[in-house]
Amino acid sequence: MRLAEELAFAAQSLRAARSRTLLILLAMAIGIAGVTLLTWLGESGRRYVTDQFSALGTNLVIVLPGRTETTGGAPPLLGETARDLTLDDALALQRSDAVLRLAPIVAGSIAVTHGSREREAMVLGSTAELLAVRHLELGSGTFLPAGDPRRGGAECVLGQTLRHELFGNAPALGEWVRLADRRFRVTGVLASAGRSLGTDLDEMVVIPVAAAQALFDTEGLFRVLVEATDRDSVARATADCERILRDRHDGELDVTVITQEAVLSTFDGILRALTYAIAGIAAISLLVAGILIMNVMVIAVSQRRAEVGLLKALGAAAPTIRTLFLWESLLLALLGAGGGLVLAEVASRVAAAFVPELTAGTPGWAAAAAFGVALAIGVGFGTAPAVRAARLDPVAALARR
Amino acid sequence: MIELQGVQRVFRVGDQEVHALRDIDLSIAPGEYLSLMGPSGSGKSTLLNVLGLLDRPTAGRCRLFGRDIGDLDDEAQARVRRQSIGFVFQSFHLVPRLTTAQNVALPLVLAEVPRAERNERVRAQLAAFGLADRAEHRPDELSGGQRQRTAIARATIGRPQLLLADEPTGNLDRKTGADVVEVLEKLHDEGLTLIVVTHDPDLGRRAHRRLRMVDGRIVGDERAPGAHDAAR
Ligand SMILES: Nc1ncnc2c1ncn2[C@@H]1O[C@H](COP(=O)(O)OP(=O)(O)OP(=O)(O)O)[C@@H](O)[C@H]1O
Ligand SMILES: [Mg+2]
Repeated sequence: MRLAEELAFAAQSLRAARSRTLLILLAMAIGIAGVTLLTWLGESGRRYVTDQFSALGTNLVIVLPGRTETTGGAPPLLGETARDLTLDDALALQRSDAVLRLAPIVAGSIAVTHGSREREAMVLGSTAELLAVRHLELGSGTFLPAGDPRRGGAECVLGQTLRHELFGNAPALGEWVRLADRRFRVTGVLASAGRSLGTDLDEMVVIPVAAAQALFDTEGLFRVLVEATDRDSVARATADCERILRDRHDGELDVTVITQEAVLSTFDGILRALTYAIAGIAAISLLVAGILIMNVMVIAVSQRRAEVGLLKALGAAAPTIRTLFLWESLLLALLGAGGGLVLAEVASRVAAAFVPELTAGTPGWAAAAAFGVALAIGVGFGTAPAVRAARLDPVAALARR
Repeated sequence: MIELQGVQRVFRVGDQEVHALRDIDLSIAPGEYLSLMGPSGSGKSTLLNVLGLLDRPTAGRCRLFGRDIGDLDDEAQARVRRQSIGFVFQSFHLVPRLTTAQNVALPLVLAEVPRAERNERVRAQLAAFGLADRAEHRPDELSGGQRQRTAIARATIGRPQLLLADEPTGNLDRKTGADVVEVLEKLHDEGLTLIVVTHDPDLGRRAHRRLRMVDGRIVGDERAPGAHDAAR
């Protein structure tokens, strides 16, 4: 039989069982649309996060106390006995000409009070440079004053949400807030920055690093943010940081220096894996659709035994019968997949119209993948019923009425 | 054209053996008009199925169109059915979702006859069988006689040499049955070898060669000018 005739024949049998066909197409379309949309959501999310990272500046080098990578060599005798990363360590990094600026950071959580209002807030002890290094924006007032970071002032800068929670609609600039037993004067309020890399800047209070060290009674820094002079000097800045700190720590490298780009690619990988995992779970619905196709084909074969017998009597060999039934399941799978893609495309465009962070339209490879999967489902779940039809004994098939 | 020697067909049902055909010797020449009669369960349909390559004999030799069918694989048997044999069944076996024209076209579709030629032949065939105005109807919109004529048109559109009819009038009233027989006999007059299984003695007598089967054996093989020949 010619291909066009086979297709026409299969299409006509599908049309004859209209409601059954439509239901299977729907199941298949939902499965494909589900996988496509979830993949698209995951992709959009990944792109959003990596864009956020890039906005922070790809020139960023982060110095953490302690060694998190195993680089071989003799293991420390008593576990991790990392030396503190001190403020002087941080300031020493300024010696490298690959370093444009840096911001030491001490972090902790503490109750912030103003009058009768009290809020638990993240405290970020840092320097005036933080504003530039983290690309922060001030809503009003001034940021921390420049000057010797070793001398802790009593200025503080509030995040938007925290300001609102402490002051309501009353002006905050120039007012005093209390952190534990210390008083700080509000010199500035950050512009709303939203969430960035898991820390909600809107709910933080920024104070001078030395004040934070005194507040939390610690010498050690949480980390040092270093901005390299440009993108090409990131590697040199990294090397310089390691060299300077090793020299200061008696030749032992007990800090970890990571670049923004390394973090970015790690996140990228994690989110990608997450996307695949979600899509994999959604793929179960495709399995269900496949089983439905198989079910419907088994029913079709048993209902059309006489037809199979007749076709054999008219001179159709077993392979022809098999091909005809296989085309039916393939058409179901492929047409369903086509419908699912249209569904996903429309849904993604509508969603993107409301949520600007989402990219409009499903990725092009999704279409190719969907049709590949549909092909596999059509053949995979359609073969058994088709083979069964092809094997029917024509005499028995014609005799049963 | 057909040569059967010691053909047997044994069905195994559980641990019981049913001998549907026992030791059949039969030779049929081209252009013959045979009727095959006998009580129910005597093996008439089984014999027809063996002759039509729908069933393989358990034992014996069977030559068809000069070839031993034991040597033919499934594909080759299908080709012989496609090119040389037509079937007509008691219950018509039209495909319900296809129109009359599409049902009649099926053998040509299977034989990969080009569309233009196919349409032309179907049109001519429908006209010859008085079905031209029913071309776009589906089987459930046809009368019994029209359905059987559609089935015969389908069985013969591929220009077979042999037409096998298993109780072709079994589901029809007398008048309609007579019309259908007339159609079959006209095809025989045009050169087709015709074998008709029937329970109707009047119909059986129309053939010039009348076989009688009992319990899987051919017990009568009578040659005499039939009613059809007399009418000519
Ligand atoms: N598939 C089968 N399995 C077991 N036995 C069968 C099978 N097909 C036919 N038989 C048996 O073979 C014998 C001959 O059957 P067949 O159908 O050829 O009879 P028939 O002469 O055509 O009868 P009828 O006039 O009722 O159509 C019967 O006894 C029947 O029961
Ligand atoms: Mg019978």
